[in-house]
Amino acid sequence: MSEITAEQVAHLAYLARIDLSPLEITNLTHDLGQIVDSIAKVSEVATADTPATSHPMPLTNVFREDVVVPSLTVEQALSGAPDRAGDKFRVPAILDEE
Amino acid sequence: MKAELMDFDKALELFEPVLGFEVHVELNTKTKMFCGCANEFGSGANTNTCPTCLGLPGGLPQVNKKAIESSIRLGLALGCDIAEHSRFARKNYFYPDTAKNFQTSQYDDPICHDGSITIELESGRQVTVEIERAHMEDDAGKLTHMGGSTGRIQGADYSLVDYNRGGVPLVEIVTQMIEGAEHDAPEIGKTYVAAIREIAKALGVSNARMEEGNVRCDANVSLRPRGSNVLGTRTETKNVNSLRSVERAVRYEIQRQAAVLAGGGTITQETRHWHEDTGITSAGRPKSDADDYRYFPEPDLLPMAPSREWVEELRLTLPEPPAARRKRLQAAWGFVNLEFQDVVNSDLLDAVEATVAAGASAQAARKWWTGEIARLANVAGVAADSLVTPVQLAALIELVEAGTLTDRLARQVLEGVIAGEGTPAEVVESRGLAVVSDDGALIVAIDAALLGQPDVLAKIRDGKVQAAGAVIGAVMKAMRGQADAARVRELVLERAQAIE
Repeated sequence: MSEITAEQVAHLAYLARIDLSPLEITNLTHDLGQIVDSIAKVSEVATADTPATSHPMPLTNVFREDVVVPSLTVEQALSGAPDRAGDKFRVPAILDEE
Repeated sequence: MKAELMDFDKALELFEPVLGFEVHVELNTKTKMFCGCANEFGSGANTNTCPTCLGLPGGLPQVNKKAIESSIRLGLALGCDIAEHSRFARKNYFYPDTAKNFQTSQYDDPICHDGSITIELESGRQVTVEIERAHMEDDAGKLTHMGGSTGRIQGADYSLVDYNRGGVPLVEIVTQMIEGAEHDAPEIGKTYVAAIREIAKALGVSNARMEEGNVRCDANVSLRPRGSNVLGTRTETKNVNSLRSVERAVRYEIQRQAAVLAGGGTITQETRHWHEDTGITSAGRPKSDADDYRYFPEPDLLPMAPSREWVEELRLTLPEPPAARRKRLQAAWGFVNLEFQDVVNSDLLDAVEATVAAGASAQAARKWWTGEIARLANVAGVAADSLVTPVQLAALIELVEAGTLTDRLARQVLEGVIAGEGTPAEVVESRGLAVVSDDGALIVAIDAALLGQPDVLAKIRDGKVQAAGAVIGAVMKAMRGQADAARVRELVLERAQAIE
């Protein structure tokens, strides 16, 4: 069985700002453990000369030209904002960093 | 809070400073890194945003080819290798200036790596700074902290966000540790950042204006006791955004850390904020959970594999390295160091070069740009090279050298040119400013002045030529300055003997 602990899951949930109940943490600890185990199995097969893959599609260098396209209007941009002041988004003061 | 500082020389006696710099260069592409919103400084708040750069559901990033090209060129100019395979990664954190809740950056496969640049200090000492990597990422939005007494984050009631800058392409250039800096540590910081700025500007990949945040520096400083080979704990001073501040911030951290260590304390590994107004750094957040960024490959973007042919094509577009260009121009113009530094420090190298190319002598071009034009620009609070064009200045200098204008008249013509009254020749014409070169008109004025001051006339006739000054002054005044003083002097001496 994997080394995923409930503490690690709780920590990850905190980092991702996901509120988990104790039951969810228990279940996720189990699920994530299984995933880690499965990946470990795959790793046994993948030898050192198998390059890591970050994307399933055999494509590279998909670029766009540097051409301006119209943006949203300010009203559209702010339409989903919980709070605004003038043309800016208004957010709570964050105290631990400048 | 004011920290205790150790005298700089004393600190260097006890400790060896080890430096590292992270310089962010904002690219001047027309559009953002991953969407077609305009990359513009100074637009109305939140006018350059779209679902992609606002991190709205369904927004999908598309890589700006020009930004990749600029990054590769910058990497090549820094002597870097360009990775055959490179990819983007998500750096996950929650902060309101980043609407996506992650920054699209690069982690284990940066596009440029293993470069170096050699900088020259004022003493002539050459320092080679090794560059670990130069990677691409997108910029965050701009926060304005409101309320509170200081306008800073401490004590702010709330913050306002403008996401126009969110998603603008950046290249972050990370150095290796710089050892052996010794007393030059502050100057190395300043000179290194200046060199990066100069290279980015010469390449044309960035506007490279520090005052607009196009080039931003984080300075890492640690101290180790003499005789030890164990690295000290480092601090990272964020957003040091002028060359002078880089120098001051490095010096300050050396002095501050030395005092802490000598007092038996320990350095906390932390982010520190530089305060331009008071010239100190203050503790930010300690390294903590917040630094657990959970990087992973960006699933919405495909890897990049710049072909070697493309890289070599881009290498051919590199301009002459700025340091080499400076050496060449100084030799060609025959400027002494002080004159040349004056031009460089005023950011007028391009202006002087273009003025010389337009036909002016190098010395005259230098004198005008760093003198009268810089003065007027300073008064107006604008850049000198925004006032007149090199071609206009070259034309003005030609008029002075042809004797049509004195320096004094030329300054009036310059004002006319700046006011949009036309070319120098047109301003001379419309304002009637040319030197009176008609000897007949001068002689009338000279005779009147000499006869008006018979005692002076007598002195000149006795051979006391220095007495002529009073008459020359009167004549220049009568001509409203529009005469060549040297010619007036010649004529005064002639007329003094000739008139009855």
